[in-house]
Amino acid sequence: MPNARTDLATYLRAQEDKSMLRFLTCGSVDDGKSTLIGRLLYDTKLIFEDQLATLTSDSRKHGTNGEALDFALLMDGLEAEREQGITIDVAYRFFATDKRKFIVADTPGHEEYTRNMATGASTADLAVVLIDARRGVLTQTRRHSYIASLLGIRHVVLAVNKLDLVDFDQSTFEQIADEYCAFAAELGFETIVPIPLSARFGDNVIARSKNTPWYQGPSLLEHLETVEIAGRGQDLPFRFPIQSVVRPNQDFRGFAGEVAGGRVAVGDPVVAAKSGKTSRIARIVTKDGDLSEAVEGQAVTLVLADEIELSRGNMLVAPTDRPHVADQLQAHLVWFDAKPLIPGRSYILRTETDAVNCTVTALKHEVNVNTLARDAARSLPMNGVGVCNLSLQSPIAFDAYQDNRATGNFILIDRYTNATLGAGMIDFPLRRAENVHWQAMEVNKQARAEIKGQRPAVLWFTGLSGSGKSTIANSLEKLLHAEGRHTYMLDGDNVRHGLNRDLGFTEADRVENIRRVAEVAKLMADAGLIVLVSFISPFKAERRLARDMMEEGEFIEIFVDTPIEECARRDPKGLYKKAYEGKIANFTGISSPYEPPEKPELRLDTIAEEPDDLARRIADFMGERLMQG
Amino acid sequence: MSKALIHLDRPHLERLEAEAIHVMREVAANFVKPVMLYSIGKDSSVMLHLAAKAFYPARPPFPLLHIDTLWKFREMIAFRDRIAAELGFDLLVHVNPDGIAEDISPFNHGSSHHTHVMKTVALRQALDKYGFDAAFGGARRDEEKSRAKERIFSFRNKEHGWDPKAQRPEMWKTYNTRIHKGESIRVFPLSNWTELDIWQYILKEEIPIVPLYLAAMRPVVERDGMLVMVDDDRMPIRPEDKVEERSVRFRTLGCYPLTGAIPSEADTLEKVVAEMLAATTSERQGRAIDRDEAGSMEKKKREGYF
Repeated sequence: MPNARTDLATYLRAQEDKSMLRFLTCGSVDDGKSTLIGRLLYDTKLIFEDQLATLTSDSRKHGTNGEALDFALLMDGLEAEREQGITIDVAYRFFATDKRKFIVADTPGHEEYTRNMATGASTADLAVVLIDARRGVLTQTRRHSYIASLLGIRHVVLAVNKLDLVDFDQSTFEQIADEYCAFAAELGFETIVPIPLSARFGDNVIARSKNTPWYQGPSLLEHLETVEIAGRGQDLPFRFPIQSVVRPNQDFRGFAGEVAGGRVAVGDPVVAAKSGKTSRIARIVTKDGDLSEAVEGQAVTLVLADEIELSRGNMLVAPTDRPHVADQLQAHLVWFDAKPLIPGRSYILRTETDAVNCTVTALKHEVNVNTLARDAARSLPMNGVGVCNLSLQSPIAFDAYQDNRATGNFILIDRYTNATLGAGMIDFPLRRAENVHWQAMEVNKQARAEIKGQRPAVLWFTGLSGSGKSTIANSLEKLLHAEGRHTYMLDGDNVRHGLNRDLGFTEADRVENIRRVAEVAKLMADAGLIVLVSFISPFKAERRLARDMMEEGEFIEIFVDTPIEECARRDPKGLYKKAYEGKIANFTGISSPYEPPEKPELRLDTIAEEPDDLARRIADFMGERLMQG
Repeated sequence: MSKALIHLDRPHLERLEAEAIHVMREVAANFVKPVMLYSIGKDSSVMLHLAAKAFYPARPPFPLLHIDTLWKFREMIAFRDRIAAELGFDLLVHVNPDGIAEDISPFNHGSSHHTHVMKTVALRQALDKYGFDAAFGGARRDEEKSRAKERIFSFRNKEHGWDPKAQRPEMWKTYNTRIHKGESIRVFPLSNWTELDIWQYILKEEIPIVPLYLAAMRPVVERDGMLVMVDDDRMPIRPEDKVEERSVRFRTLGCYPLTGAIPSEADTLEKVVAEMLAATTSERQGRAIDRDEAGSMEKKKREGYF
């Protein structure tokens, strides 16, 4: 106890410099979570005399230990909890040792109150998972461990409690530790430290117990005081979700928020995630004076060098390492509400600073907390964990939860009751909306295609006259149109009536004909369209020319492979008849060669299949290509 | 592992400060008509200080509301008026008119009835009168068992009641701020602060507090094991009462007849903190309201008490 002023100042500075560990206790009902925290507080001399007096009288009234003190009563602060002798909601307790400060969340063990366990876990860095030595690993042990892992906790203490009731038996302890470690191997914990305990009698709580001479590890408190929790917060890419715009007068416009990742300094370039507009940090304002740098966890107000459109819900980010901006995403969901989650329902999705309407478009599977197996499911019940696709009314800026807990989380809110229905951890944006970083003031090909929800393409149908190119292309255009795609058809005959009416059928004119058509197709692809080109285009070199004008993967050559005999038999325009009679010069296949493609993307056999079926085959090919991005 | 520790990188007081500022900004951004309950105590002083930081260089976008029971220490009222003016806050003061009509006194009506009429009912009246949809309070989770269970954003129904069994899950710092008309949220930005944190912060930031927190010679009477300060002449002095000038201070402040003083020589902040570190009793021990039995705070909160 300090008594001189200088001692006190030193003492207080030491207090300020202490590290802080946030942890939770979890596990099944009656595993002794509240008792353990009560014991920790009592043994670290944090129970005041008046609280002890109340505890003594409460223990007589509600206690479950006979005349002995029931430490759980220190924690179970609600009337209903004391009456029923159970923990319903999470309680936060605070204690400190010479080495560290602790915030501990005591969470309920009943499955019914899983949401309150998740609440406690969402802000914790370490989980103390309790197990009753007589009962071993239970479903709730697994459920809580899985949820802790899902919420990003990487450090676990396996507290094998009530060891006094199994005569401090070493093999019981080791069996439980082995079973747990085997189960938890898939959960991605960095450390799992099993400790044999009796919370009620204090064995291995703050000091090593004489009752477990076979145990060589640390006591619980020793471990909590020294465990290293690697924090990546300041090494992450810079993230600054805007809470509000601060505009006290015409001369000041700042953006208030808390740095959610990384760091930023005056002069650094930054980007508004949703708009792609760039600027630089002009000032980092706090009431205690401007800062030269702000880091993860600091609440500041940023002033930019330029007046750019920016408001709550947007994020200032590092230009070289941006978050996702998307309206489609996949996430893990923990469901809290008594009414199950049903795909198709509409909810409000709330991130730290943004809120949009959303629909769960697909429930991909539910996770079986016992086996971690992925079970097919049509709905997600209360306390269930599942993987879902969500479609948002407008895009949000986010990171994957595993990359950043602050910018990768959301809650779902009932639009009518305002209840918090579930919590989500974002896995990734879905393909359709991925990696579109809007360039300020620039509507480009990607933007034009994105607004149409498609990838531009040039479908180049080549084949003899009468092979069925136009018929199949027409059928395909109808199909794509019905799917909501934006298309345009360029037909050899049509183009020759307009754009190319000045061209004849000499070799030079044929090449120029193809060049013009390819240029038009390129413009249309740049407009974001799917272009169907139906041209005989007999020469490899010309088709090569067209292919080279398009972007990689954009040109799809479709060889409509109909033998000349069949074309002549069909002869829809009576051209073969005239050609055989020598009335048409340079007729492909008769008086002019056709060079068949060697490696077309698709080859169609019009004798074996009907035009509509062939069109369907192309549409399927296009769908796969779209999914491959 | 060689990486920096997650909470070692920045001192815990700065973490707590940032958390409180974040919460205040969320309230300002999401509610139509927020208000900050101002109790004039040390926690309120810290809350005011944080509010000034949260919105700087703008002024906090909400007024202060003091529920005056008419039995506060006179020094508290003088401090209240001075600080509100200095920091540029709008200050609203509400007194339950029924209490005035009934001439409620903790001496004559008992602490429980007085608190119910002059604090709980008065608060409900004021919130209804102005239509506030969010109200900040300076309560901390380390104060009391039911507070330890309460969310930072604590939902209240149209009757201002708290339902401890149906609290909204509160994940991360992603707060559900949605309410229907007539419902409200009580917000506790200091939830994760301890009494020691408060004092350390007051010292570090040089935050003004009511001088009653520091020891001075004051007239007190010992009643039911509690040292009651004679703050004005409304206090009935019975023949057996012995009014003494003693060096005392207060760990918490409220209505003077209900707030016990402690004998102390700690006349500076540093000495107060030193005394606190050696304390063997909790700060709420001096409050008559919490004495009854475990659960009395929860009951009051369900009725709309802060």
